[in-house]
Amino acid sequence: MFEMVNSIFKNLFSKPATRSYPFERRTTFANARGQISGIEIDKCIFCGMCDRKCPANAIKVNRAEKSWEIDPFKCVICGLCTEVCPKKCIIMDGSHRTAAAKKTLDIHVQEAKPVVEKGNDVVA
Amino acid sequence: MNKTIIPFGPQHPVLPEPLHLKLVMEDEIIVEAIPAIGYVHRGLEKLTETKEFTQNVFVVERVCGICSFQHALAYCQGMEEMMSIEVPDRAKFLRVIWAELHRIHSHLLWLGLVADGFGFESLFMQCWRNREKIMDIMEETCGSRVIISGNTIGGVRRDISKELLVKVTVVADEVAADLKEIEKVFFNDYTVKHRLVGVGVLTKEDATTLAALGPMARASGISLDHRTTGYAAYGQLDFAPVIETDGDCYARTLVRVKEVYQSVDLIKQAVAKIPDGEISVPVKGNPNGEVISRVEQPRGEALYYMRANGTKFLERLRIRTPTFANIPTLLKMLPGSQLADVPMLILTIDPCISCTER
Amino acid sequence: MLQNLVEINIDQLITVTHEMKDSGYRFVTLTCVTLSENMVDITYHFDKNYELKNYRIKIERSTEIPSVSGIYFSALLVENEIIELFGVKVKGMAIDYAGHLLLTDESPVSPQFGGGNITIEKREAK
Repeated sequence: MFEMVNSIFKNLFSKPATRSYPFERRTTFANARGQISGIEIDKCIFCGMCDRKCPANAIKVNRAEKSWEIDPFKCVICGLCTEVCPKKCIIMDGSHRTAAAKKTLDIHVQEAKPVVEKGNDVVA
Repeated sequence: MNKTIIPFGPQHPVLPEPLHLKLVMEDEIIVEAIPAIGYVHRGLEKLTETKEFTQNVFVVERVCGICSFQHALAYCQGMEEMMSIEVPDRAKFLRVIWAELHRIHSHLLWLGLVADGFGFESLFMQCWRNREKIMDIMEETCGSRVIISGNTIGGVRRDISKELLVKVTVVADEVAADLKEIEKVFFNDYTVKHRLVGVGVLTKEDATTLAALGPMARASGISLDHRTTGYAAYGQLDFAPVIETDGDCYARTLVRVKEVYQSVDLIKQAVAKIPDGEISVPVKGNPNGEVISRVEQPRGEALYYMRANGTKFLERLRIRTPTFANIPTLLKMLPGSQLADVPMLILTIDPCISCTER
Repeated sequence: MLQNLVEINIDQLITVTHEMKDSGYRFVTLTCVTLSENMVDITYHFDKNYELKNYRIKIERSTEIPSVSGIYFSALLVENEIIELFGVKVKGMAIDYAGHLLLTDESPVSPQFGGGNITIEKREAK
């Protein structure tokens, strides 16, 4: 009849099992999948693999305009784009995206690189 | 005696997912029960016809949150058989480890829900506090808590290092030790036994005619566990199905608690025997033909039928989940019972309505 | 590819189901696949000791097939489902949901049979 009493006494005299979120946050584990926080746009070659493989159709790659955009509210955080990217430039962060009042798109455009003048070849 | 019809609505505090029952009652005894489902139908079988066969793994995992790893496992096993791909041994053992962790967390969730169903809220909180350890170890090894996305066609997506494997066994032992303290309340407490013993008896003949699956069948004396056929690495591990003979709610609770201990033992065996090697092989070409693959989910046996015709898109993917087969047993158990026992009876089949309706 | 697949006629369906029931087989499920504009094929799966036996019938969509829920009670849910999703006609079921098991009144008709054309409306955000 009184099997639960042990647990009750232990719980009365120990600290709570819950954390007071949002004042106290847990450090995220390494390799946890939280959100796609962005892309290193200067390394991207616009091959379009991430666009083709995404199961939620959240990524759009535009080769002509050199832009890469993701709809973060369609993304299911599966991590397939980070695996198939040949340059490994898509960044997966461990903490989750916080709530927002409106849906927005995350657009990155690659700047045109400055043209370097070719110097004279060194003659051996 | 006049009959009244009471709707046990789609929204109810004890139900984890929406299920509607029309209970025809005479005084307090139920005479007939008619179920109605359809509140979470998402049309996932049609969606899989519009996505490539490699992307379907992610659609199929999201059929259910509690048994999601085994859904992806059934799909990947079927496609590997259709395309004649040989999965490396290390991947098979990793699949067993994650599948058994999923089974533990599903049974702990169920224990908490049953306790909440008869009003014992502190027991419900203890069971779910125990379950948090499993969710944390799944996030540490595979990346997320609920839908872990570990499977891919040809193997698994991530590896577990030696230190993490040791940590998995430590966590599994802690969970088993905590459960040993709580199980005394389930099995010996006077008020809990009053709610569970003798309620909703399903005899062995009824369970065979109605094709009950999973812990429902095993608690009525039928030895039916699909893991004994030896898919993934189960053929190299040593275990036997947990059988009870009484067939009431108490026997089903007993079966599920013992299965948690059996899963902890399977995890320790798998960690001791896991070989070194690769974790996946590349996939080339398109699937062709038809195949059926079956796995043992926490609620019973699930069947996957796939037909492909040589293109990237599958022609048909059919999913038959265990709760779909267990609902007719509910219709057999309800007549003759009291109104206050209805939440217990619905919870003991472990209803996963999002699996049923996809 | 499928073990023990046997093609039968629609008249043999009830006799074969009775044979399976008497030999102690468990009814697992049935699967319906669209073959073409007018034809579907339905496969019945039975299991005993972890071995499957499959029986297939190929019919036109407008033929009425007899229900097996008189023999195996648990078949009624899946037969109601194929009526709604594929438009197949089944007579004699134990409980008949008349098209309201899974789909609502506003859903497309027979969505998994070739049909199911879904219109997408884009509305302005408020």
